[in-house]
Amino acid sequence: MGAESTVRIGLLLPDLLGTYGDSGNATVLHQRLHRRGIPAQILPITLQDAVPASCELYVIGGGEDGAQRLAIRHLRKHEGLQRAVAAGSVVLAVCAGLQILGWRLTGSDRVEHRGLDLLDVTTSPRIKRAVGEVIAKPQPDLLNATLTGFENHQGATGVGPAARPLARVIRGVGNGAGDHSEGVVQGRIIGTYLHGPVLARNPDLADLLLGWALGGPLAPLDMPSVTRLRANRLGGGALGGAGGRGERAKRPS
Amino acid sequence: MRSADLGGAGQTARVLDHELTGCLPGRVHPADMTAVGLNLVNEGPKRIRARLPLRTWLAVRVGRLAARLSRAARLGQGRIIGGRVTLLLDGRALHRLTQGRTVILVTGTNGKTTTTLMLSQALGGRGAVATNSGGANMPDGLVAALAADLHAPYAVLETDEAYLPVAARAVRPAAIVLLNLSRDQLDRVSEPSQLERSIRSTIADQPQATVIANADDILVTSAALAAARPTWVAAGGSWHVDSASCARCGAEITRRKDGWSCICGLRRPSPSWTLDGDAVLSPSGGRVTLALQLPGRANQANAVLALAALSSVGVSPPEALQQIRALEHVDGRYRILARGDHAVRLLLAKNPAGWAETLTLLNSSAGTVVLAINGHVADGQDLSWLWDVCLDPLAGHAIIACGGRAADLAVRLDYADLPHTLTQDPIHAIDVAPAGPVDVIANYTAFRRLQNRLGHGR
Repeated sequence: MGAESTVRIGLLLPDLLGTYGDSGNATVLHQRLHRRGIPAQILPITLQDAVPASCELYVIGGGEDGAQRLAIRHLRKHEGLQRAVAAGSVVLAVCAGLQILGWRLTGSDRVEHRGLDLLDVTTSPRIKRAVGEVIAKPQPDLLNATLTGFENHQGATGVGPAARPLARVIRGVGNGAGDHSEGVVQGRIIGTYLHGPVLARNPDLADLLLGWALGGPLAPLDMPSVTRLRANRLGGGALGGAGGRGERAKRPS
Repeated sequence: MRSADLGGAGQTARVLDHELTGCLPGRVHPADMTAVGLNLVNEGPKRIRARLPLRTWLAVRVGRLAARLSRAARLGQGRIIGGRVTLLLDGRALHRLTQGRTVILVTGTNGKTTTTLMLSQALGGRGAVATNSGGANMPDGLVAALAADLHAPYAVLETDEAYLPVAARAVRPAAIVLLNLSRDQLDRVSEPSQLERSIRSTIADQPQATVIANADDILVTSAALAAARPTWVAAGGSWHVDSASCARCGAEITRRKDGWSCICGLRRPSPSWTLDGDAVLSPSGGRVTLALQLPGRANQANAVLALAALSSVGVSPPEALQQIRALEHVDGRYRILARGDHAVRLLLAKNPAGWAETLTLLNSSAGTVVLAINGHVADGQDLSWLWDVCLDPLAGHAIIACGGRAADLAVRLDYADLPHTLTQDPIHAIDVAPAGPVDVIANYTAFRRLQNRLGHGR
């Protein structure tokens, strides 16, 4: 990929897996390239589209169980993502996105489904939904900066031997399989349960993904608004009126 | 009271005489709602004698005391505290306080407060209406509204979507209005399709209720198909992202200009009421122009659903519109207040669908926009949804970001290449705004607080 060609960011199924604002991750990637003078383009890939294998990066977000099944069906019918991963493309998969890339997932209906088998993870339902602010310490060889995000998921994901966790949870639940892990890394795929969107709150993670896609680290990009947000979210949790673990609405009896 | 009991005026009088029969109008067969409604025109009670069990009566009294104390201690309006205390003392208060009344429940993600106000204003000519006009829409708020007027023969109650099952079971309403369903406060409330399923099963258990449903909203339609007698209203709707996959079978929804359908057979039903620009087409073939003072397409949609609901209880569109057209603001929204030398318009938006509609109301060229965002529990603490809002309408306006989660908003605006200034306090934001009109878009708690501080009631 030459220096002048446009970096393509494939936004997968925003019509299905866009319930949690995760399409913003594509916006962040695009802007962080654009502000460094690197031409970039977001390619929304909806249910009406075949999945191209030509994007340097792919972003998949969170959504409900029914949407997940439809997404798996579509991505199995059009194997562009799988071909792209085999050719070295970078993937960020959030929440449901992470779950469907695994090899098995069981939803709240207790039915087992086959995933896309790009990640060595399995997901099964937790008893209690994991909701609230998360702080996690990432693998030191990947990132120095602490990860911050908001989780909201019923699934518990176990990470198998072919993959490793993205981070270790300091506050919050994370993957929810009892091992304090958050997210998963395998090859050039990063999965996480963090919303926010995750790349809006964690610019170093965004630049890690971009560095992989471009073949080398990028020049630093100073964004005071992001620095301020991180201080707000990581600064003891009492700032800004809401740093807590969310409470679910009382279930009517 | 079975439909066979309706007939001549004498028997109709028996249906209406709640003191003698203790009969619930809500149990009248929906086919006869119009008959009962039409009789309410001339003979309907302006008041009912509420015959409450002693326990309920005491619970209401203590609840009112709690509310008064709360107001005296300046803790707020006291509505919710009063209702909560009443429910604690009498767990069946919601059921008992609706006996003998005609009750309409209004639910949906956006538009509940406005539609409830439209309904209660239009019914007001027929008799007193108990209503929760302040938006306290969970069971304690409903109880407080009902306790505030024990003799009102009507009740129009805005109901939080997650609490519709509890409310409908207790109340057994004459009508349920389903406005729309989309994502809102996902950390606090169920995902939209889970809500749809729970609303659908609630409706299946309420065969006596006329269900007025927005046929252009797929999740609403799916839920309302469980109704014994649905009334379909083509109210429009532009937010489709939460319903790309069918609520019934999970397959993809096909959309065309004239409707939507799924391979499993779920499709847009044929509407009896239609919103056509600013006009409403009714089942009888009539056409009325809305000409509302409340701005925007969303309020036109609320109005057509309200007209359909009012028609089902015997209020004709022309009569209803007289009241609805008089509305200039709803619970503080759209109200223009003076602050210093600024004319400040307060707008409420709480979720992506609501923001999409509210942003269309901005003056296309001029004026400052103050965006006040909090992330308290009542707002939803996950603000990721800010990234699902298309902010293009903000371009060209002076923007001031404020509120408890101004930092999250600032990052969103930054990545959207929208220059803005940042401050904590919304009042300060208004005061430092450039001269000229100011539109304030605030989410739930930010709106409430700003309203209180600007010193104007509802």
